[in-house]
Amino acid sequence: MSTLFRVTRATLAKDLRLEWRSKDAFNAMLFFALLVVVIFSFSFEPTAEEARRIAGGLIWVAVLFSTIVALNQAWARELRHQVLDAYRVSPAPANALFLGKTVGNFLFVLAVELLMAPLFIVFYNLRALGPSHQMLYVLALGTWALVVNGTFFAAISLRTRSREVMLPLILFPISIPAVLAMVSATTTILTGEGSARLALTFLAVYDVVFTTVSLLLFESVLHAE
Amino acid sequence: MAALREVSAGFESGRVYAIFGDNGAGKSTLLRVIAGLSRPTLGRVQILGSDDLRAVAGRVGYMAHAPLLYEELTAMENLCYFASLYGIDDAERIEESIVKVGLDPRLERRVGDYSQGMRQRLALARALVHDPSILLLDEPFSNVDLASAVEMAARLGQMRREGRTILVVTHQPEAVAGVADESVFLSGGRLTSRAQGVGAAPRRASPVVGSLR
Repeated sequence: MSTLFRVTRATLAKDLRLEWRSKDAFNAMLFFALLVVVIFSFSFEPTAEEARRIAGGLIWVAVLFSTIVALNQAWARELRHQVLDAYRVSPAPANALFLGKTVGNFLFVLAVELLMAPLFIVFYNLRALGPSHQMLYVLALGTWALVVNGTFFAAISLRTRSREVMLPLILFPISIPAVLAMVSATTTILTGEGSARLALTFLAVYDVVFTTVSLLLFESVLHAE
Repeated sequence: MAALREVSAGFESGRVYAIFGDNGAGKSTLLRVIAGLSRPTLGRVQILGSDDLRAVAGRVGYMAHAPLLYEELTAMENLCYFASLYGIDDAERIEESIVKVGLDPRLERRVGDYSQGMRQRLALARALVHDPSILLLDEPFSNVDLASAVEMAARLGQMRREGRTILVVTHQPEAVAGVADESVFLSGGRLTSRAQGVGAAPRRASPVVGSLR
């Protein structure tokens, strides 16, 4: 078994165990996403047709903001008692830490999305008129796009004084193309007007590019002072 | 402002070095530089004949002033994770390193519920889990009662006999009195003097040696 895979698996298992015990990130994410759903639902009271048109934007805005909460928590754990230094002095590959954290964050965000999906459907009276199975691709590719960049930029902002503010400031502009593709694909699937294939292809390319760049640069980020 | 200035020192293998100095003297920074956590703006660190500190990372154990442990995990869970970073997955070996510092590996308590002394012991076990030949210990006896400190120091003596090089930053000379081969004194970021044993009169530092062997 390669060192990269072994350490990635150990980091993922450790992060899942920590989250299971503390539920810091998960509870905060769920609460935040729930607030967005409920408040927007009461504010707009959209008809079924309007809901299909705005739901894509609402879903991904809720996911984007709650992802920030998870990302800040994920690295905050490593800063408590300077645990990150124990990783930095070890010969373990930096990318294993990055991949372990990214997959962990991906699973947390995906779990919140799956819990929120029925609520979105109920509150906004949603029914997809397009190929609904494509929503699974949008969820997977879109969540990975947010999480891979978020994990990387959260690591960069780790040593800044106001990292909770820095992360959204860096992450949002970088994520705009991905968010637009996610919203476009979701709206297309919900309204049944046109094809989501182009947006999905864009998301897949975006994921590959940003995952590769993050993997190439993460070692410098981890060992920077 | 530089934390260390023109520090030039060599440390022989199989010896214990006690590093003393006032707060802000640069003791912890010296260990961080040797561990590869901080880069010197000038000069270099050589360990076991190598300038590439990443290449010898598996031969160095580092215990910081903070415990570098996850509070929500048990002792065994913590050490299993940190051991995996060094390619170790032998549960028996990991249990043994916890027992060696006087803790129970089967204890289900989370590290967050440990006393300061227990955390220090576990932090030492973490630094030792991969059987390093060089140990960098930053205040390992802080928050530990004198009896436990002397016991931990005796363990350091045993490790020295096994041929390990140990650098200990401490404010408690009495704890390392029977173990340290040499004392190194820092002040204002400079290495001011070195002396044999602990408590001997400081002498001026000898010129450049520059490597850990």
